[in-house]
Amino acid sequence: MNNVFQLVWLIPMLPLAGFLINGLGRKHLSKTMAGIIGSGVIFIAFLLSLYVFFSVKNGNTDVAHYFDFINIPALKIGFDLQVDQLTSIFLLIITGVGFLIHVYSTAYMHDEEPKDFAKYFSFLNLFVFSMLLLVLGGNYVILFMGWEGVGLCSYLLIGFWFKNTNYNNAARKAFIMNRIGDLGFLLAIFWLVNKLGTVDFRDVFANVSKLSTFDITGITLLLFVGATGKSAQIPLYTWLPDAMAGPTPVSALIHAATMVTAGIYMIARSNILYTMAPVTQTVVAIVGLSTAILAATIALKQNDIKKVLAYSTVSQLGYMFLGLGVGAYTGAVFHVMTHAFFKALLFLGAGSVIHAMSGEQDMRNMGGLKKYMRITHLTFLLGCLAIAGIPPFAGFFSKDEILGAAFAKNPLYYGIGVAGAMMTAFYMFRLYAMTFLGKFRGTIEQEHHLHESPRAMTIPLIVLAILAVIGGWIGIPEIFVHGGHKLEAFLDPVFAQGNAITVKNELAHNTEYMLMVISVALALVALLYAWKKFSAYQKAEKEEAGLGKVLENKWYVDELYDAIIVKPLRSIATYLNNVVEKKGIDGMVNGVGKAVNYSSRQIRLLQSGQVGTYVLLMVIGILVLFIVQLFL
Amino acid sequence: MEIRYYISLAVALFCIGIIGVLTRRNAIIIFMCVELMLNAVNLLLVAFSKMHAATAMGKAFPGMVSDAQIFVFFIMVVAAAEVSVGLAIIVMMYRNTHSTDVNFLNRLKN
Repeated sequence: MNNVFQLVWLIPMLPLAGFLINGLGRKHLSKTMAGIIGSGVIFIAFLLSLYVFFSVKNGNTDVAHYFDFINIPALKIGFDLQVDQLTSIFLLIITGVGFLIHVYSTAYMHDEEPKDFAKYFSFLNLFVFSMLLLVLGGNYVILFMGWEGVGLCSYLLIGFWFKNTNYNNAARKAFIMNRIGDLGFLLAIFWLVNKLGTVDFRDVFANVSKLSTFDITGITLLLFVGATGKSAQIPLYTWLPDAMAGPTPVSALIHAATMVTAGIYMIARSNILYTMAPVTQTVVAIVGLSTAILAATIALKQNDIKKVLAYSTVSQLGYMFLGLGVGAYTGAVFHVMTHAFFKALLFLGAGSVIHAMSGEQDMRNMGGLKKYMRITHLTFLLGCLAIAGIPPFAGFFSKDEILGAAFAKNPLYYGIGVAGAMMTAFYMFRLYAMTFLGKFRGTIEQEHHLHESPRAMTIPLIVLAILAVIGGWIGIPEIFVHGGHKLEAFLDPVFAQGNAITVKNELAHNTEYMLMVISVALALVALLYAWKKFSAYQKAEKEEAGLGKVLENKWYVDELYDAIIVKPLRSIATYLNNVVEKKGIDGMVNGVGKAVNYSSRQIRLLQSGQVGTYVLLMVIGILVLFIVQLFL
Repeated sequence: MEIRYYISLAVALFCIGIIGVLTRRNAIIIFMCVELMLNAVNLLLVAFSKMHAATAMGKAFPGMVSDAQIFVFFIMVVAAAEVSVGLAIIVMMYRNTHSTDVNFLNRLKN
């Protein structure tokens, strides 16, 4: 073990320390101190992550064992932190983007009370801590600890403004949806323990051949259920758009750096299991693709600026799962990275807009912000170009890699994927045009208040915008530059086992060029159409009808869940509460009480205080004893 | 004389005692009935002692023959002491309450 790994434990521990200091001292810390502590620990963690990254780049990977977490004869689970290529990439994303979001938050949350401010930062730090634990964990149990941690923190942060009932409901929804998924994850861990007696990544992946096909399929499907909860895929995606209730930087953190990427990470980590379970792979690909399309269609008609971004995240996550499903693990991780850049950028940009609009989130009341907010406008435009997949911005390379792999697997995947990409370009530029172009449609007071955000907010935007532009260049396809895909070479050791048994359909170069041209051309068409259509947007008086209405109401999925799951459950609960609980259980408990009460009231009469009665009873008792003795 | 006559007499005396204790309310009479029960037991002890003295066991251990009779003396002495205390209590009660009715005396409070 070289000294890198003696430092690794500091990376998660620093945010934890920040959490404790800010959380416990929230009543005594000034806002400045809370902000410095909260951002500072993440920054140091980022520097350490950089150090770890370069060390890993030189070929050092290892697992650091700290102590035995569970140690019983049949099962030994160590508190292990694993550092390899995949982990180091995620460490950089989490701490890097996380740090920018922390800095941004210091300005965005400035109107809060000092103690709420410190509480907010302590939650953010805990969030980052959980996520770091998740990606550093050397076995499924440590991963699961982080996994639960991010679920808890998402609950705390989505419900940060807990005085609003709707926000609390959104927080609960996120937590419950995640719990459903977590159950699947937990079952998968039990299954692994049962079959292999270990949860350690290295042991599991080394012994994977001992599992039957049925076991692998079952385990991977259950793990995938966990991933659908955490990474917001069909059928458990509905929590993510509702999670917009939290402060905007939190949305950025959830969508870009932490939480939703957990599912991708977990599947990428278990790539060998998934490669050996083709059935699951197909399921993953189909679920990912359907989510990508479904969320994209919903995003077309949303009017809340954050909702559009939320559905675009769900949609982009769908692409990542498509990538995982077709075996393009590198592509999926690449997309996680580029997505982290541009989605954090877009969310923080949206936060900047909302900040300027004094809390207004409805795009119908925006417009023309271009001339008031130059930096936000420019960075936001770059983010939109990146997510729309226009070269040479980051999103193009990663999305193209996934789509290329999808085409190799099944051209139908590619067709649907490109349709989704077109919609992405459309709704992103609808968002852009409605917000920044045209005339201002809000009230005069709002117009008066419009201003560019403070520097603590614009600098993270600029940094993220640069990353969103150049972030894709570490994964340039082979056909452009030989050896250009540095990320693939870097991640190769992690995916080597999976790649070794994957049947690769190599695409001809011509096909690959053609696919790129098609997807870019279609995205451009959609982009220009949206630009043209919405740059002169006027508030429509008439309600949407037909398909538009269905889309605006998110395909009525929430209502559907409400009708088929929530309502029946609630009526069963009401029945249990009113009938079984009140008459059955309460009746039993009260009955016992009443019986004791009644009988004691009767028996009490015996103790009358009359000595004669006592003596009589004594004599009767003796006589009974005699009779028993003599005759029975 | 046969032992069962003694037993019958003792049981009769004992039952009279019990019935007296149960039915009467005057403390002095209850006290007398208790004495009656004690003496019924004494009578039995003496009778059995006398009976055993005639058996083979009594012949083998002549020292044991008088044991039960010594018990009786003990009981009589203890009973005499108890009577003196008991009567003293009853007299004190009578002085305070002008009654020896046990039902009236059951309220020890106040």
